Amino acid sequence: METLINDFSPGLFIVQTILLLGLIFLLVKFAWKPIMNSLDERETGIQDALAAAEKARADMQNLQADNEKMIQEARAEREAMLKEAREIKDKMIADSKEQAKIEGDKMIQQAQATIESEKMAAVAEIKGQVAELSVSIAEKLIKEQLAGKDKQMKLVDTLLGDIKLS
Amino acid sequence: MYYVKNDYFCAKFLKLKIFDIEIMREVLNSAKNGMLLVFLCLSAQVFAWSDTQDEGAVSTEEEIKEYIDHHVKDAHDFHLFSYTNDAGERVHVGFPLPVILWSSEGLVTFMSSAFHHDDAGEVIVERKGARFVKVHSKIYELEAGATQVDLDAKDHPTNAHKVLDFSITKSVVGILLVGLFMLWAFSSLARQYKNKSVPTGFGRVLEPLVLYVRDEIAKPNIGEKKYRQFTGYLLTVFFFIWILNLLGLTPFGFNVTGQLAVTAALAVVTLVIYTVSGNKDYWMHMLWMPGVPVLIRPVLAVIELAGAFLIKPFSLLVRLFANISAGHIVVMSLIAIMFTLQDSLGAVGATGLSLVLSFFITLIEVLVAFLQAYIFTMLSALFIGMAVAEHDHEHHHDTEGHKVPDAEDVRGDFI
Repeated sequence: METLINDFSPGLFIVQTILLLGLIFLLVKFAWKPIMNSLDERETGIQDALAAAEKARADMQNLQADNEKMIQEARAEREAMLKEAREIKDKMIADSKEQAKIEGDKMIQQAQATIESEKMAAVAEIKGQVAELSVSIAEKLIKEQLAGKDKQMKLVDTLLGDIKLS
Repeated sequence: MYYVKNDYFCAKFLKLKIFDIEIMREVLNSAKNGMLLVFLCLSAQVFAWSDTQDEGAVSTEEEIKEYIDHHVKDAHDFHLFSYTNDAGERVHVGFPLPVILWSSEGLVTFMSSAFHHDDAGEVIVERKGARFVKVHSKIYELEAGATQVDLDAKDHPTNAHKVLDFSITKSVVGILLVGLFMLWAFSSLARQYKNKSVPTGFGRVLEPLVLYVRDEIAKPNIGEKKYRQFTGYLLTVFFFIWILNLLGLTPFGFNVTGQLAVTAALAVVTLVIYTVSGNKDYWMHMLWMPGVPVLIRPVLAVIELAGAFLIKPFSLLVRLFANISAGHIVVMSLIAIMFTLQDSLGAVGATGLSLVLSFFITLIEVLVAFLQAYIFTMLSALFIGMAVAEHDHEHHHDTEGHKVPDAEDVRGDFI
């Protein structure tokens, strides 16, 4: 202990105290304060950046969900539109068919009526011509048959006989 | 008698050191370390030293002991190395340092070369009518009328008294160098942050250390709320002690943190800081402990006061001083095996043994250098934390209304 006390140098103690206090003061002023502030700033910066990244991720997810929903909706809409179109098409085809059928029927009926009337006209005409022809033939025939006197007399007799009969 | 005492101290230093490695207990338990003491006393025989003054090469046991003893002390000149020249003269290479004294004649300054490397009080330097001698790295002023210094059995001058010695000694040079280095290194680190958020180069090495002191020493010991204002001091002390400890392991032979005056100054600054910043709770618990019988309170107050003003700073200053001094003594003693065991092991054997042992003990010393800086800073933070701890703060309550101990409580209980 005595050696230790003897070795203790009060001068060095004072010098060291002054130097240490000076060093503490200078380092705190020029080094530790700026360093600590910068470190704190950086740490809060990192925290903020992490939070922002997390938020951006959440936003992104929301956005993606929205997109997905919109796509689904669009798809459903498209489907509905296609379905409607198909229905309309079917209906139109059916309608057209119906219309055509009716129209066709009508035309057939008209044609049939025309054909009938034409036929009637033709038949009538044929009848007229046949009658005319028959008359002319008969005329000719009669002319032929009744060229002599006796023939005419015979005929008259025949006819008279017929009349009696009738 | 003299070296028995020295051996005892050597043992004592080592004992403290081993304790610190086992993460220190405050009280020395000599019984537990009896074995170590026996070992040290045996080994100390090898390094017995006397006080003969011999300027030749250091080779005998006495000279080795003298050399180690001299090295552990502060020096007034910066000695680099010595060699014996062709003419057989001992040449010392180094440079002198300024001596600044406050003597009976006022302030006296001269260069240490005035003593001509004398350390036995033979060279008398006369300045302003006062005469000075240097004995064992201490400068004494001769009493009026004395023409020659008289030494007693313990080599203490009988006709001279000590003077206040503000010299720029080797330790002061070390302190100044480390101070300038720290100022340069850390202010350049601080400047780096102005331009970029992540430092590059040397700053990248320093930043994790700063963060380590802040997050592992300051925050857990002082508490989240108040650590900020003390971190500057803790950082300064940590790097100051660590760099000086490491500097002590270099061949320059600085032994700054092994000087009692230096560690005492460090401990006193810690003492002042925790005394000044102590809050009402701290003083209350010290002077008039709540929760104990009134009669016991004054007794406790005495114990607490002694603890705060004597034991705490003393444990700080002795721990650092003893560890570093012991480290230096052990390393130099192991190097000295080269000479002392030459007869029994031969030149190669002694050198090999010395190299192996001193290599591994130096590795341990590198660890101790960090460990002691850490322990000093950690204990300073702990003492400050005790002084500023809040004991009555808001408690969280669980569903049954019981207090839920939070980290602050646990820390409060611990200290």
